[in-house]
Amino acid sequence: MSSKLKNAADLEAYRKRVAEKSRPSGKVVAICAGTGCCAYGALKLAPAFREELKKHGLQDKVMVRQTGCHGFCERGPLVVIQPEDTLYQRVKIQDIPEIVEKTLAGGEVIERLLYHDAGGQAYTKESEVPFYKHQMRLILAHNGHIDPTSIDDYIAVGGYAALGKVLSSMKPEQVIKMIKASGLRGRGGGGFPAGVKWESCRAAKSEDGVRYIICNGDEGDPGAFMDRSVMEGNPHSVIEGMIIGAWAIAHPGKPAGYIYVRNEYPLAVERLGIALKQARELGLLGENILGSGLNFDIKINKGGGAFVCGESTALMASIEGFVGEPRAKHIHTVESGLWNKPTNLNNVETWANVPLIIERGVEWYTSIGTGDVRDNPWGGSKGTKIFSLVGKVQNTGLVEVPMGVTLRHIIFNIGGGIIGGKRFKAVQTGGPSGGCLPESLLDMPVDFDELTKAGSMMGSGGMIVMDESTCMVDVARYFTHFLADESCGKCVSCREGLKQLSLILQRICDGQGRPQDLELMESLSETIREASLCALGQTATNPLDSTLRYFREEYIEHIEQKKCRAGVCKSLIRFRILADKCTGCMLCAKKCPQQCISGEKKKPHVIDQSKCIHCGVCRDVCNFDAVVVE
Amino acid sequence: MEASETVKFKVNGVEYTGQREQSLLDVLLELGYQVPHLCHHQAVTPYGACRLCLVEVQKGKKRRLTTSCNYPLLDGIEVFLDTEKVMRNRRTVLQLLLAQAPRAEKVRELAAEYGVTDTPFQVEDAENRCINCGLCARVCRDIVGVEAIAFSGRGLKKRMVSPYDDTAEDCIGCGACVYVCPTDCIGMKEENGIRHILRWKRKLPLKTCSVCGRPFAPTFQLNKFAEWSGRPREFFDKCQDCR
Amino acid sequence: MDSNRLEQIIDAHGRDSANLLAILQDIQKQENYLPRETLKELAKKLNVPLSRIYSLATFFASFSLKERGKHICTVCMGTACHVRGAPRLVDQVEREFGIKPGGTTADKKLTLETVNCVGACALGPLVILDGEYHGNMNSAKLERVLQPLKKE
Repeated sequence: MSSKLKNAADLEAYRKRVAEKSRPSGKVVAICAGTGCCAYGALKLAPAFREELKKHGLQDKVMVRQTGCHGFCERGPLVVIQPEDTLYQRVKIQDIPEIVEKTLAGGEVIERLLYHDAGGQAYTKESEVPFYKHQMRLILAHNGHIDPTSIDDYIAVGGYAALGKVLSSMKPEQVIKMIKASGLRGRGGGGFPAGVKWESCRAAKSEDGVRYIICNGDEGDPGAFMDRSVMEGNPHSVIEGMIIGAWAIAHPGKPAGYIYVRNEYPLAVERLGIALKQARELGLLGENILGSGLNFDIKINKGGGAFVCGESTALMASIEGFVGEPRAKHIHTVESGLWNKPTNLNNVETWANVPLIIERGVEWYTSIGTGDVRDNPWGGSKGTKIFSLVGKVQNTGLVEVPMGVTLRHIIFNIGGGIIGGKRFKAVQTGGPSGGCLPESLLDMPVDFDELTKAGSMMGSGGMIVMDESTCMVDVARYFTHFLADESCGKCVSCREGLKQLSLILQRICDGQGRPQDLELMESLSETIREASLCALGQTATNPLDSTLRYFREEYIEHIEQKKCRAGVCKSLIRFRILADKCTGCMLCAKKCPQQCISGEKKKPHVIDQSKCIHCGVCRDVCNFDAVVVE
Repeated sequence: MEASETVKFKVNGVEYTGQREQSLLDVLLELGYQVPHLCHHQAVTPYGACRLCLVEVQKGKKRRLTTSCNYPLLDGIEVFLDTEKVMRNRRTVLQLLLAQAPRAEKVRELAAEYGVTDTPFQVEDAENRCINCGLCARVCRDIVGVEAIAFSGRGLKKRMVSPYDDTAEDCIGCGACVYVCPTDCIGMKEENGIRHILRWKRKLPLKTCSVCGRPFAPTFQLNKFAEWSGRPREFFDKCQDCR
Repeated sequence: MDSNRLEQIIDAHGRDSANLLAILQDIQKQENYLPRETLKELAKKLNVPLSRIYSLATFFASFSLKERGKHICTVCMGTACHVRGAPRLVDQVEREFGIKPGGTTADKKLTLETVNCVGACALGPLVILDGEYHGNMNSAKLERVLQPLKKE
């Protein structure tokens, strides 16, 4: 059992002691143990590897380590063999004996387990796989190399060095100055300069010195899982950032920390819990941290399943034990927030950037990204951003790139383009508060301000790629319904406004759109945007507005011609069996829940349209591509 | 918040001096301006639900549309009432309220004042009166101190109900909620010595005054008063007039 | 729920009403839903109005006030899963078991729930059955996953 570290020098001595054990000179089998890979049984791989290695007598020569999320979830379970950096994807438990024998013992590479691109070319090294090659992995750098349940691993790769530097040689005001100069802007969606926020919070009056430091881990945007990956894969990076924040914002004083994690991330809650416990054991949380006089600890609060709790005032209400109803922010939360005390809230990824900036400096950090932040913290977007690239791309997963690369680079060079040879149609950024951008904007640099100008926003980093088989009216309907359901319901403009907008969009998708609906939606959208109380309502119409702006023809087609060109809206489509492709195998007829497909064996089948409910099962089961949607 | 701080502000171009206050709406109403509102009451904290009290406020270089009930009166602000932006949004909000609560007389009256007589939006419950202003719950919690009712659900499903939509067992039958409701949707009856608060399904037998024999308050309520005040129970056996 | 067990849960959270959300989560973890009687008792023990507890229990989507089934099937309805056909999976369960999202079969065997994104977006559509995640689902795979339940 380690005893508490007394000061920064103690920490460095500890680092040297654990380095050898954590960074072995022999081979390491790094198995991704993020939620995605675990869904594919990744947790069974480590014990299986260890057993197999024993059989070959290699258990002392090869280390098996479960790591955080590698980000290439679609290809999971992922296993990387170090130091060769060999990446194996879609590893099954049956593959393990072969891997041990051929690769670990024999030094050979197993071709079929390597990543192959659409053209069939195989890549051996993780760093060369196009998905990874074009990324700049700074926040996610250690995800594949450390065991998130081991603080020793984190310290061995340099973790908590930034904290040591801050607590032993930097005054709080100096830290704030550094964060301000770095141009770090909030990664949760707001894009507010972190240093400015820290400064305001420190300056706010607190009679008893109490200030709250909160981490917003309520990543509610559907399609976004960056924060999940950081919390699961490298929880200490977030904790270190928060302790540095506590020093900068509230010392001397009584800072107290909270990490609010959404209920749907049980693994993140677990890993954070372990990390906090280990940090306390080493004295990195608690009293007189590293002999600096800083007293600080962090508590985890689980959400209850409410998207609106990602809004800062709703989140704080939830911590206080109330429903997540936002309040107007005419008095900012940095002055009066949680329990009316000065509160500094930042997103998971924002906190994880802090140790990096402290360690490597402002000049390095500002060399990455866009704009100029020397005189104006809003003047650019610095550093990297993690995006979750999902939808109709070849390579889906987490992508970390410097601010300013183009959408085209992310979607095509890293994402590998659209699957199935279909055409790119749109990319939705920023979650339900963001908008859909068309092909004509693919060369837009991705940064806070450019995205907002185009009618979308960066949001937390969700990036959903859509192709010709996505109906843009259905997308607007989906997001509007989502927000109407997740709205706290306090203010009329959001609650009733989104409800009515949802009803109109549903009618349009059902083929009952009226010519006046477009104008009605536009005027309603204005009120929802202008008159709502919080950011949920104020950004709720972005999906509608952006699709109306860039894909208006589809709305007109739905309303005037009752046509859904993407073949999605149930009431506007038909499923049909192509007689020349149908082999009469009778599979669809068997599976049809309405029993409305008829036909003799080996003869083309026919769907009875009057009974068809458009469930799509026939298309799912057909092995001959004989079922089409029109 | 330093309440004694003097502030200078303008309304529609006219200069005023005042004390730094929590609610711009209260200040405007006191100065005699007409600003529509449904979810606001001076006695309870502002909520910001109905969105009718919209104004435009210029603070420094920024000009924004905001509700006035929860906007603090700050030094140097310029307030603009009834601008085009305010009116446009106010009318849409009224249209939304008409669709939500078609039977609410107060909403109809207010809407008519602003030229809104019908609504392009879908009516789902033609009998509904409640506009989710929350005044009943806020009064019950902040003034009466009982908190017998609260919103349930969220978003489209948000409703003001007693727990489980069953008898509100904490309700003391004071009727404050009925009094403060702007759309008269709670309802209170007294029959056969029983006070019935309809929306909360609460029936409470009334105590008759030991002096004049008039039924004046629910026994349950008087028991609570005795408990909270520490006064002897007998004190509450007489009605207010006979005490 | 046993009165002592409820006391334990309340104590574990410092008897602090700020921790109501966590207390409710612990109750549901044990009882598989939030029983009315337990919530009434909680109100008394913690000296918090029942209306406030009811408010919390109905605001947050993770809570159920109705008894839930032995097995819980959750379909993710996040955007990535949606564009890959998640709604059709919900329809399928509705057809085969006769329950809508939030509902439980009459024999209390299965509850169908939906959730707005669990963060496994690259594997969509995703279905969680009794805590186990199943990715890249389609109608055939879903049938296979639910088959053992039909036999029970």
